[in-house]
Amino acid sequence: MSILGTRVVRTEDPLFLTRGATYTDDLVDDRLTGALHATFIRSQVAHGRVLSVDTSAAREAPGVVAVYSAEDCTDLDPIPAGLPMVPAAMSRPWFASETVRFVGDIIAVVLTEERYQGEDAAEMVSVDIDTLPAVVTTADALKDETLLFPEAGTNVMAAFGEPEPADFFAGCEVVVRQAVVNQRVAPVPLETRAAAAAWGEDGRVTIFCSNQGAQQAKAQIAGWLGLDPALVHLVTPDVGGGFGAKIGADPEFAMVAWLAQKAGRPVKWVENRSENLVGMLHGRGQDQVVAIGGSRDGTVEAYSLLVDQDCGAYPRFGPVLPTLTMLMAPAVYAFPKVHAQARALATNTTSIGAYRGAGRPEATAAVERALDLFAAEIGMDPAEVRRKNLLPDFHEPHTTAMGAVYDSGEYVAALDKVLDAAGYQELRAEQARRRENGDVKQLGIGMSVYVEITGADTGLGAGESAEMEVHPDGTATVLTGTSPHGQGHATAWAMIASEQTGIPVDKITVIHGDTDRIPRGGGTMGSRSLQQGGAAVHQAATELVELAKQRAAEQLEADPADLEIDLSSAGLSVRGTPGAGITLAQLAEKEPLLVQTRFEAGGPTFPFGAHLVVVEVDTESGKTEVQRVVTVDDAGTIVNPLLAEGQRHGGIAQGVAQALLEEVLYDADGNPQTSTLADYPFVSATELPSFELVDMATPTPMNPLGAKGIGEAGTIGSTPAVHNAVIDAVAHLGVRHIDMPTTPMKVWRAIQQAQQEGTH
Amino acid sequence: MIPGPFELVRATSVEDAIAALVEHGDDAKILAGGHSLLPLMKLRLAMPAYLVDISGIPGMSYVRVDGDEVAIGAGTRHHELEKDAVAAAEVPLLPYTASQVGDPQVRHRGTIGGTVAHSDPASDLPTALLALGGDVVVQGPEGRRTIPLTEFWLGFFETALAEDELIVEIRVPRTGSAGWAYEKFTRRANDWPIVAAAAVDGRVALANMAGSVVRATATEEALARGASIAEAAALADEGTSPGADMHADQEYRRHLARLLTRRALERAAGAASAAA
Amino acid sequence: MQVSMTVNGQQHSDEVEPRLLLAHYLRDVVGLKATNIGCDTTSCGACTVIVDGLSVKSCTLLAAQAEGAEVTTLEGLAGPDGELHPMQKAFREEHGLQCGFCTPGMVMAAIGVLADNPDPSDREVREGLEGNLCRCTGYHNIVRAVQSAAKAGPAAGQVPQGQEVAR
Repeated sequence: MSILGTRVVRTEDPLFLTRGATYTDDLVDDRLTGALHATFIRSQVAHGRVLSVDTSAAREAPGVVAVYSAEDCTDLDPIPAGLPMVPAAMSRPWFASETVRFVGDIIAVVLTEERYQGEDAAEMVSVDIDTLPAVVTTADALKDETLLFPEAGTNVMAAFGEPEPADFFAGCEVVVRQAVVNQRVAPVPLETRAAAAAWGEDGRVTIFCSNQGAQQAKAQIAGWLGLDPALVHLVTPDVGGGFGAKIGADPEFAMVAWLAQKAGRPVKWVENRSENLVGMLHGRGQDQVVAIGGSRDGTVEAYSLLVDQDCGAYPRFGPVLPTLTMLMAPAVYAFPKVHAQARALATNTTSIGAYRGAGRPEATAAVERALDLFAAEIGMDPAEVRRKNLLPDFHEPHTTAMGAVYDSGEYVAALDKVLDAAGYQELRAEQARRRENGDVKQLGIGMSVYVEITGADTGLGAGESAEMEVHPDGTATVLTGTSPHGQGHATAWAMIASEQTGIPVDKITVIHGDTDRIPRGGGTMGSRSLQQGGAAVHQAATELVELAKQRAAEQLEADPADLEIDLSSAGLSVRGTPGAGITLAQLAEKEPLLVQTRFEAGGPTFPFGAHLVVVEVDTESGKTEVQRVVTVDDAGTIVNPLLAEGQRHGGIAQGVAQALLEEVLYDADGNPQTSTLADYPFVSATELPSFELVDMATPTPMNPLGAKGIGEAGTIGSTPAVHNAVIDAVAHLGVRHIDMPTTPMKVWRAIQQAQQEGTH
Repeated sequence: MIPGPFELVRATSVEDAIAALVEHGDDAKILAGGHSLLPLMKLRLAMPAYLVDISGIPGMSYVRVDGDEVAIGAGTRHHELEKDAVAAAEVPLLPYTASQVGDPQVRHRGTIGGTVAHSDPASDLPTALLALGGDVVVQGPEGRRTIPLTEFWLGFFETALAEDELIVEIRVPRTGSAGWAYEKFTRRANDWPIVAAAAVDGRVALANMAGSVVRATATEEALARGASIAEAAALADEGTSPGADMHADQEYRRHLARLLTRRALERAAGAASAAA
Repeated sequence: MQVSMTVNGQQHSDEVEPRLLLAHYLRDVVGLKATNIGCDTTSCGACTVIVDGLSVKSCTLLAAQAEGAEVTTLEGLAGPDGELHPMQKAFREEHGLQCGFCTPGMVMAAIGVLADNPDPSDREVREGLEGNLCRCTGYHNIVRAVQSAAKAGPAAGQVPQGQEVAR
């Protein structure tokens, strides 16, 4: 029996559970001996002119080795926007010297002997800023009255698509239009950002940093600092979560390398949570307008989406997000007409980047909300409206109105499975009983059907590198260009290599995140790892067996075609001649048994699924309790169900969190209101139920494993299902829409308003 | 984040602690469990030059019956109160409320004296204590004095405690079989209450409806004159001055105060009739 | 100032700043780096260790406040032969960890949950872990791990060296 598809427990865990993982802050490395600690001084003002920065007192503070600000950094060009569609004037200075553009903008940095001294000295840097009006919302940004970059002449970083044609909904019996907020959230990996750098006598710099792809981070840092990439060695230690926010490098990582050179000593930086919540990229941040039109029999004829993407102060991945939202706007439906337009806007807030799903959850949230609005308007069951409009099953590529080419889909089956598993009819009956009784606690049932794009080529190619070597002692090493930070690649990649070679999983070491050893790699993001990185390991192992056959054929004086792998001995045997064979380890004694390969995917994959959520809403207080989350998530062939389920669980929780709880808030002057975990309502165990997962697996032809992405699916499906469930619970009271997060106050107020309107 | 520098004074007796307070004046802060003070110090919202650690003073943690009252040592940690058999029998509102504070780790460290001295209007135990009524026993250089709980909390982080005084004991009436309830409204289980209502024996106190915990006097008066629970609860926010934050504006807080008061009174009445 | 305490059964005595947090003492002075720091506000629980039998957040405790105490960290759980503590074993078998950052604190808090209540309901497990945040697992497999450990018997709610976690 193949090891693939079995619940192999993680090889990572014994160490993680006994000694703990080794994150950047935990490194004990000779190269970092005597490292100075960097503490950044950041703007406390969202938008303003910097009048003066006085570092003199800080320079005299105990333990201070150096203090640097803009005047000390004349050797670096500003950080370019890096996106062709964004005006070049929207670049980021390393240290704000004239203008600060968000609370968190870097003004100065203190280097101290000890960590504790850094915070003391940072308090002594005095910064004088003349406050300017702040652009806090996308509506503010669109006015173009206050400009973040006057030289650019606009706050628009990028614009996509045309306005909706005036006659777009002509002929529709029913048209519903609704503004929908997909709020700004904080990724909050439990490990904050951290970096350390040391220059060697050979003129090379070694940078350790918490990231999701060493090769991309290295390329960015080398580019920003104007270094020959050959002089940069980037090492990724264990990483305590990323969720998209650790893709590539942050400017602080490059600055740590710059500081180490300037100070002539290794430098280390570990941010605290308050710094993280203003300094690390945020996610989502879209103000949408959805419009949906069709006939009263439930057929949707046209769907339109307008996206105003908040990108924060400086362009990172923000301007790219709405293009993914637009691409996935048609979703799982057979809508005859789909229209989408987007504007990416600069605001005086923390920059927006990728966060679990990155543009695709926003597309699903929009259309799933629109469908419920449409269903409510025509008085039809939302499951029925969906079934009426879903694309029929297809197993040949399907090209959407926005040009995406879906590999395959069985959306009706996914919806039916989740409705069956949840007991949909019984739930509706229970809901009807509670409504009839006028119960204080009302039941809400929400659903979503989704499709997303994973393994997309975002400019780095849609393939991955892998290397496999078998050693004479019978162990093997696998090198991968992916960058696990919780996903369990060390286990899954070993399973894939073991399946081909017979080498036991616990004898296979998987290595990642060292640019000297693995120069090419795409990292871990966009749910790409298994379908590309795992497939590359599969290819490497297959090629290694072929290479071994060639070598063994010579030694055994047999035809390579007569040799077959014997998994029980991790060796090759002559077909039909038991006992006549040689192990891979024996072959490795003569000369290295090693292959390097690169797998190119046939294209992106389009995982799909359906979620059903049951909530109970206290109509007197407005508080929601999630009772059930039932999901079908079709990620193709599953290599390790334990890991795949873990990905689904985590994704679901983050989706529930966005729908119910989490939001980054700013006041009218651009001051963050959620800059500690006491204020930012990170979802805890008490707000979540255990989840009910239903299996469905439609293999993709895009890779030999048949695997699609699973990292983000849970979030994409659960966010709208929870959102719709909350509104469904109070729909009979006249409520049609409540923006996320559906806080108790918002739910209570929506009920109050609906009742007032109802009595007029 | 880390606190600014300070000197630590380890007190071995109440007198020792008071002497340190006298010596250092407002440069000194008492450190009990530290779960209110240390977070403020890490955010550098508090930077005392001296911390007087009272956790080593023997005999500060106890719950005992004293006549008509229950006396609770100021050093009693929340988890000790939560599990205390005497408290459960004599004044059950308190152990239940203690179980609602923060999370287990916080309850393992936080003390009743600390939470009373901190005077955060969103604190659980002070809300329950105010509903119970009773006294705070404090000790200063001149000896002990007793401050009624109704006069102890003056506002946000502000109490009737003098700079050189230490809370040594809390005394509350034995409520026996009287009905009681603590209704805490949060978004997440371990959050501070957005609003909370404690009810016992016809008295009601509210968390987070003013600069300090407050009594719902209009509700209590209405109950005293025989109004129904619904009528009395509808008056719960009278005389309060709630603030607005991201969780709740003033109107919603007032609504929650009325709702939670009604629920607390109903639950207390239910408990009383069950006990009868 | 001088602080002395027992960490994982070993006596330590060091000269430290009074403001040194226990979490930093364990990590930087004793050199036990499993205990992580995930926030500044006693919110996330990543720094949870067991002090004198009770789970506490070591970022909100001065090293000086642990004077004379018995401290147990994640590193102190496995047996001398490397045998995993029942809670460690359960976390592995139920896939109760992904990135691993919350794990050292989560495991210590989970031991505290079972010390307090050896046979908890799922709801009680969730409430017992309300002070520990995890971004990866959605808590689903953490709850399963604690339940699985509970079935393994009373050792799951105890730390080694015969030091029982207080009720």
